[in-house]
Amino acid sequence: MELAEVQVNAARPSSLAGVRNPFQKWRKLKEKIIELCLLTSAMTSVVVVFTILWILVSESIPFFQHVRLIDFLTDTEWTPLFEQAHYGILPLLCGTFLTTLIALSVAIPCGTMMALFLSEYATPFWRETLKPVLELLAAVPTVVYGYFALMTVTPLLQKLIPSLPGFNVLSAGIVMGVMIVPYVSSLTEDALRSVPNYLREGSMAMGASKAQTALRVLYPAAFSGISSAYILAISRALGETMVVSIAAGLKPNLTLNPLEPAATVTAFIVQVSQGDLPHGSIGFQSIYVAGLALLILTLVFNLFGFYLRRRFKETYD
Amino acid sequence: MVEILKKEILRSDVRNLSFSYGDKKVLKNINLPIADNKVTALIGPSGCGKTTLLRCFNRMHDLYKSTHYEGEIILFPEGINIISAKLDPIEVRMKIGMVFQKPNPFPKSIFENVSYGLKVRGIRKSSFIKDKSEKALKQAGLWEEVKDRLHQPATSLSGGQQQRLCIARALATDPEILLLDEPTSALDPISTAHIEKLIVDLKSTVTIVIVTHNLHQAARVSDSTAFMYLGEMVEFGTTNQIFTNPQQKRTENYITGRFG
Repeated sequence: MELAEVQVNAARPSSLAGVRNPFQKWRKLKEKIIELCLLTSAMTSVVVVFTILWILVSESIPFFQHVRLIDFLTDTEWTPLFEQAHYGILPLLCGTFLTTLIALSVAIPCGTMMALFLSEYATPFWRETLKPVLELLAAVPTVVYGYFALMTVTPLLQKLIPSLPGFNVLSAGIVMGVMIVPYVSSLTEDALRSVPNYLREGSMAMGASKAQTALRVLYPAAFSGISSAYILAISRALGETMVVSIAAGLKPNLTLNPLEPAATVTAFIVQVSQGDLPHGSIGFQSIYVAGLALLILTLVFNLFGFYLRRRFKETYD
Repeated sequence: MVEILKKEILRSDVRNLSFSYGDKKVLKNINLPIADNKVTALIGPSGCGKTTLLRCFNRMHDLYKSTHYEGEIILFPEGINIISAKLDPIEVRMKIGMVFQKPNPFPKSIFENVSYGLKVRGIRKSSFIKDKSEKALKQAGLWEEVKDRLHQPATSLSGGQQQRLCIARALATDPEILLLDEPTSALDPISTAHIEKLIVDLKSTVTIVIVTHNLHQAARVSDSTAFMYLGEMVEFGTTNQIFTNPQQKRTENYITGRFG
């Protein structure tokens, strides 16, 4: 019986029957065009990534025909521009790791504490005052930070450590950390503020203090988002170029001592690309290899971040 | 009003309590005795102030700006005024537990949830924490279901189990009063029945104040009932009297479903 009714309904002619068809066709076409536009713009990022990857790999292949991979990974000297050329990536990676580590040990504690203050403690007045200042910190050009490290922070540190050379990893790392603080604090604050209020109230109702609530409930509850903040900080620090080029010295140095000068992967790339090495020479190709190494490193950290985000994901509704 | 309960021992007494958000007075001159080891239900239509009143007992309003209390809520046997500005709200919350409308377990393990109150009180002795947590989980009727998975995340429990975990979490610190804010409104009928039974069982150990929208629930679990309307206490009496012989017309209309 129900079926019969449906048939009757279907058979009834639509009052819009005349207009419907051409309009419908045009609408469908428009829909297709829009979809294509959106897909194209989405694809550009993919195309760019793969183009970069392809260039890095294709320029690296001739390099590895000259230099054995094992030498590249284990040689303790990086002197591609010398007559007695050595191509060990370790000194550069070491410089990159060291500056990153110093930057993170500044940026993560400072950024996290700032975020906790802004999201849990600050009165509207303090929030309105501090946030624009933090945003300003992120707007300072990196080259300015570089000279700030070289001309201001290093002399200050030299008062504490008289033996500190003019170019050193410590000063560059600290300033890089300050530079990254706004990224950490703003993403961490967003993550903390997205923790639903019922967890805050639940913890306070148990007799917890504000600090206990923030550290024992809100921080773990927001950790998925906070881990993205930390991973972004790591990526920024690994890829940072200007500050280390200016303030850390450009001397590849296999050391874990932050009081010495060192070169990072990025600093080396800048140095070579500004020089007058002929294209296609081994020395020039070495910057592509260094770039590839850096890209792989960043990729590893991003994957780790992806894992962290999923591991600590809490869904709130 | 108080005469009805004069044979009971009082755990708390609300005296001329008014409460306002900014300029807006939402509780007007409330008087309410809370009998020891009994269940007191607060009923009334949405917006009547029953949850606001409940949240006065553990000073939850202090978390927000421009809230203002007047009057007294005396907590016995100490005889302290809970809402006195001189009293640290955290101290009040250490004495008075609360369970919310929506189960809100912390994103931690089941065990960490139950032991949270003890940990924030600075208790470190792990054997003590273990015993207390186990006892609280047993009181909340959850022990048998979770004893083998204490270290799994609390969010892996069902809604009803999560709410019982929240009750256990509140019980672990031996509260003097347990506040329940519509504890079953987000739960299915079976979990609701489970929690209602639990409330009746808990009466022997803790004083309970429950806010509920569900009149049947109030009738089933409570000993005395207060009917509130537009921020005022309209009528208070034994649950039996309120539901069978209300003295006020407005109470009768609400109970019989004519408004609200």
